[in-house]
Amino acid sequence: MSAQKEAERSVNSDPTTITDDPIQILDEDGNVLPNAEVPDLSEGQLLSMYEDIKLARKFDQRAISLQRQGRVATYAPMTGQEGTQVATSYALDDCDWLFPTYREHAAKYVHGMSLESLLQPLRGYRDGYAIPDDVNVMPEYIPIATQLPQAMGMAWGHKKQGRTDEAVLCHFGDGATSEGDFHEGLNFAGVFDVPAVFVCNNNQWAISVPRERQTASETIAQKARAYGLEGVRVDGLDPLAMYEVTREALRKAKNPTDDERRPTLIEAVQYRYGAHTTADDPSVYREEDEAEPWRQKDPLDRLQHYLETEGILDEEREAEIDDRIETQLGDAVDAAENASADPDEIFEHVYDEMPDRLREQRDELNALREKYGDDAFSEVLE
Amino acid sequence: MSSAATPSTESSTDNLSLVEAVRDGLYTEMSTDERVVVLGEDVGKNGGVFRATDGLYEEFGAGRVVDTPLAESGIVGSAIGLSLSGMRPVAEMQFMGFIYPAFDQIVSHASRLRSRSKGKYSVPMVIRAPYGGGIRAPEHHSESKEAFFAHEPGLKVVCPSTPYDAKGLLIASIRDPDPVIFLEPKLIYRAFREDVPMESYEVPLADAAIRREGSDVTVYTWGAMTRPSLIAADNVAEEYGVDVEVVDLRTLSPLDVETIVDSFQKTGRAVIVHEAPKTAGLGAEVATTIQENAVLYQEAPIERVAGFDTPMPLHALEDYYLPQAVRIQDQILETADF
Ligand SMILES: Cc1ncc(C[n+]2csc(CCOP(=O)(O)OP(=O)(O)O)c2C)c(N)n1
Ligand SMILES: [Mg+2]
Repeated sequence: MSAQKEAERSVNSDPTTITDDPIQILDEDGNVLPNAEVPDLSEGQLLSMYEDIKLARKFDQRAISLQRQGRVATYAPMTGQEGTQVATSYALDDCDWLFPTYREHAAKYVHGMSLESLLQPLRGYRDGYAIPDDVNVMPEYIPIATQLPQAMGMAWGHKKQGRTDEAVLCHFGDGATSEGDFHEGLNFAGVFDVPAVFVCNNNQWAISVPRERQTASETIAQKARAYGLEGVRVDGLDPLAMYEVTREALRKAKNPTDDERRPTLIEAVQYRYGAHTTADDPSVYREEDEAEPWRQKDPLDRLQHYLETEGILDEEREAEIDDRIETQLGDAVDAAENASADPDEIFEHVYDEMPDRLREQRDELNALREKYGDDAFSEVLE
Repeated sequence: MSSAATPSTESSTDNLSLVEAVRDGLYTEMSTDERVVVLGEDVGKNGGVFRATDGLYEEFGAGRVVDTPLAESGIVGSAIGLSLSGMRPVAEMQFMGFIYPAFDQIVSHASRLRSRSKGKYSVPMVIRAPYGGGIRAPEHHSESKEAFFAHEPGLKVVCPSTPYDAKGLLIASIRDPDPVIFLEPKLIYRAFREDVPMESYEVPLADAAIRREGSDVTVYTWGAMTRPSLIAADNVAEEYGVDVEVVDLRTLSPLDVETIVDSFQKTGRAVIVHEAPKTAGLGAEVATTIQENAVLYQEAPIERVAGFDTPMPLHALEDYYLPQAVRIQDQILETADF
């Protein structure tokens, strides 16, 4: 079904409409489906969306290779999932809020964070979590599903303060749907009817546990019904469909019609092409060729095909894009590798005001550093 | 009380790392007791994210090595139910930092069903969790919050520091009639190997181990901090002639008061080392226990070398946070000189 049709369908009296077949705008090769309508994006916007998806893919490759060289620690790859990440963030207005997990690097970047800041936590620095004032992104959530009730709460606060034009978009995985916080967050969202969009990045795996063993429900979208929300299943490898559905969900979150409820659960059907993280070896628990049918629907290839067909993208532009990406990535890695941290930072920002006891602990550490030198602290602990 | 555990010599042994010894402990108990089941996230086909359950799925099948949905409260709550049905569940929390969704099940029920029911119901369950910092992991993957659980009456809390102990303590924990929180110091999961008997054996949950005998100062510690404590002890012996006794608590709750107090009566000076934050950490309990039982032997203030009262920093700074030999050594000398 086209996104347009879906948009029409959602304006009905049952707020818990569930779509079972993933919504698509592009077919698997990147041609526009017969009844589908392409979202209202300018050529420039489409091109930059393509560039960001490509940047995300290259970022992934670079981060994995940095990890292999020991220059960054554990990294959670996103290849195959960049289409959803980029498109959902394109659908956001600047004033909207983003709650990402450890995997949504590209979603964060598109919503305003620098590439360098994405690399800093991987190098062990908290700087990447110190979000600039004008960027509405929360630091990544690692304890699974904990972000859902919080995202709901922020949206609730916006509503209470008459700021429903500031919607909240919350990412999480298929595994997260098993945690209590997923259910509590969605239930609250339904009860308090808050301006929030919940995006489940169903990449078919939670580390080694496949989607079928995570839940006996047929789809994740259908869980929305239990909480009185609309549930939408989308082809998460189709950036145009993801954009359109997210845009419509945000519209509804901010300005619902009389028979609509604000929150939506979007199930973005995707596949985790790579390992769970660089510390994981998927060959232990799944077949390599399982990825093939998904790779056939690759978001980057599909958007490329679409843009070429429309005459928006050609070889020259592609080359310009590649050049820009190389420069950006190189600069980001250099900047991240030049970062350093002062041990005093351990003690900062624990409280608004540092308690005396903590100040003493800091001073004791510094006295020891003075006495023995910093090298004494980098002895291998084992 | 007991002295350093000496590996059994009679039967054949395997040279194992700590994590392999955990696996071996599970294997040994599962082979002899059909009631034992392992459940958790990625413990099955994947063999655990640290390989602590490697090969168990192939050996015992999906019915006894169960990949659960991603829900810690579900894992622990259902393990309580499995215990009530007569089974012996060993639940894995993927990291100690992810145990919190299960906190209610642990402290409201696992720990108290026995007392609530006047002994009618009990929860012979083990919850295993990789524990502690130092492996350059992301946030939440380096927690050492043993004090939360030691504070809860009805739970036992165990933390091995050697492969031999890991197997023996785990087997004792599985056989124990009460719920046990079994904390595995992942920093030393693969740091060294030792000969571990292939047969089944228990290291009792009541005994601390004296890892090094000495007469001047006692260092009380456990888990991964045992090694830097021993290094510090060797250094001060060599450089300053200070003779340090190192007591590895092994079972953090209930404490082996006798071994703790006996050692203090010998040295009169104590340094407690743990990587958890200092405030309300288990060190405070050890210090007070010494005071209550042996104040007349005391020659110096009892001091703690601990993690700071801050969240664990991201890994670029974690070596400053975790007690290093240099900090321990400095404190030992100060305590010895007092
Ligand atoms: C509460 C909690 N339990 C366990 C973990 C360990 N863990 C990290 S990622 C993960 C799987 C998550 O799967 P899913 O929600 O599908 O997200 P994906 O990683 O596939 O994006 C697990 C079990 C955690 N981070 N938090
Ligand atoms: Mg997943």
